[in-house]
Amino acid sequence: MAETPHLRPDPEQPGCWRAVGDWTLAHAAHLEGLQGPHDGDGTTVLDARGITQMDASGAMLLWRLARAAGLSGGEALRLREDHAPLFAAVEGICLNPPRAVVKDYGVRAMLSRIGATVEDYAREVIALVAFGGEALLTALRIGWNPRRWRITSTVSHMESVGLDAVPLVLLLSFMVGAVVAFLGAEVLAEFGAEIYVVELIGISFLREFGVLLTAVLLAGRTASAFTAQIGAMQSGEEIDAIRTLGLDPMELLVLPRVAALLLMLPLLTFLAMMAGIAGGITIGTTMLGISPEMFIARLHETMEVRHFLTGMAKAPVFALVIGLIGCLEGMQVQGTAQSVGERTTSSVVQTISLVIVIDAFAALWFMEMGW
Amino acid sequence: MSAPKVPVKPRPCDFSTPAIEVRGLVNAFGSQVVHDGVDLTVNRGEIVGVVGGSGSGKSVLMRAILGLRRPQAGTVRVFGIDALADDESSRLAIETQTGVLFQGGALFSSLSVLENIMVPLKEHHGLSDDLMHALCWMKMRLAGLPSTAADKLPAQLSGGMKKRAGLARALALDPPLLFLDEPTAGLDPIGAAAFDDLILNLKRSLGLTVFLITHDLDTLYAICDRVAVLADRKVVACAPIAEIERFEHPWVQEYFHGPRGRAARREA
Repeated sequence: MAETPHLRPDPEQPGCWRAVGDWTLAHAAHLEGLQGPHDGDGTTVLDARGITQMDASGAMLLWRLARAAGLSGGEALRLREDHAPLFAAVEGICLNPPRAVVKDYGVRAMLSRIGATVEDYAREVIALVAFGGEALLTALRIGWNPRRWRITSTVSHMESVGLDAVPLVLLLSFMVGAVVAFLGAEVLAEFGAEIYVVELIGISFLREFGVLLTAVLLAGRTASAFTAQIGAMQSGEEIDAIRTLGLDPMELLVLPRVAALLLMLPLLTFLAMMAGIAGGITIGTTMLGISPEMFIARLHETMEVRHFLTGMAKAPVFALVIGLIGCLEGMQVQGTAQSVGERTTSSVVQTISLVIVIDAFAALWFMEMGW
Repeated sequence: MSAPKVPVKPRPCDFSTPAIEVRGLVNAFGSQVVHDGVDLTVNRGEIVGVVGGSGSGKSVLMRAILGLRRPQAGTVRVFGIDALADDESSRLAIETQTGVLFQGGALFSSLSVLENIMVPLKEHHGLSDDLMHALCWMKMRLAGLPSTAADKLPAQLSGGMKKRAGLARALALDPPLLFLDEPTAGLDPIGAAAFDDLILNLKRSLGLTVFLITHDLDTLYAICDRVAVLADRKVVACAPIAEIERFEHPWVQEYFHGPRGRAARREA
């Protein structure tokens, strides 16, 4: 039934070409390769009445061949009556061809992309600062009016952000504490100073690892969740619905999340510190011959409370970074499923990098200040 | 490990049989029976409008014909091919012979309009990039979209343009049979009338057969050759609209002689 389409000169009628067969999409690849008549080779008629089946794709290919030969109009291009309306419809469209797609792979394109990326980063920073300011203003505005605090929502987020993360934070901190104690003891044993493992674990977990591990973990776990939740609402026009109902998405969605993080991240940090020290004690007892009593007694002797405070002081800052970036990225989602994915990735990358950068500068600052 | 994949050839269609033949179709969700013995024939080259109250199973019927849903009993033939058969060549034949415009457009949200139209072509045919681009652009214009819509994402389109983009994608494989699920729902009257015109023009120029689910009385009067009424879990009538109006059935009488039905009839 399906006939391979052909286009060839009629041997009996000079100046006449005949098109036969099925001019359909199924044969489009074959049709595209057909050699037709050329403009000025004496061809006056293209007889397409032998075409058995024609669809829109076939009509377009026929139109291309006819145009290449300069043939158009009723006499030069003969069509079967039932094909004429289709061909006319396609011809009407093809007479206004699409603008050529110019793809520039050159230096200019590269420079403009670099420029656009830099501008994007600048905008992100400004947007984050503005968003932080807006959140602060909203918090101040509703601060003196406890009836507008979203207690239920905040507590629910505290559970998913804080309580649900406890096992993970404990496990990871314990593991890292054990590894640090073990590796530290290897080196310290060369000086016969294994007992200094206590200071190593104490200072590193109280000042750095406790809060850093917790923040990195929550950046991956919570910032992504915030972005995806708010992003899905944004693409479903729920945020717009909230606005038109006279409510403030900042008050309804952002503040409860940020508040939950501000409350829970310090608590989780404290747990991480304790778990890390527990990891150190475990290694000390089992492999270094430092009994738990000795470990804790030495901690009491050597640790100052300032180590604990400098570590804890960073927790609310990291909580703000994670909460604000997570929510801001969610607000910037633009309707598509892909956009939600891109924004979620971006929020995790931004929060983790920013947490580590802030931590590094804070470490320097606290050292210089002698805190 | 496995034998080299032999490309499955679509089973040849028999274009002398009706485009759609549904016999004794039974569809049920648990104990809730939606269809109980539905018979429907759609001949080649006609536009059949399917009407029925909410929940009467219009979309379920469409999904059963397309093989998206397995009915409890009955036969469905599309161009003579058993639509309920499991073999790949039958499935492929039906998939390439039918185009579907879903209610919400169902455009791929991460692809531009032109890329959306290209998806089926890329999957089914080994065409050069240039030709594919030109063909898709032609389909897009055929569906009445301006050239500027080509690079837009679905989220940037209005409701009417989304429907047109969905129609363009449905037309990508030049299918002889088109399924439209409420094409004019949610469009303003001017946009809806333009869409009706578009479907009528496409039917005339491309020789399409159209299975049209609609609530829009104006569409029924303007473009449908026949109207099938789904009520009481069956197709109670399938005839030109002038005959359906006079059909003695409480739902049909209320539908066509209620205030909206009267207004649409006056205009037609």
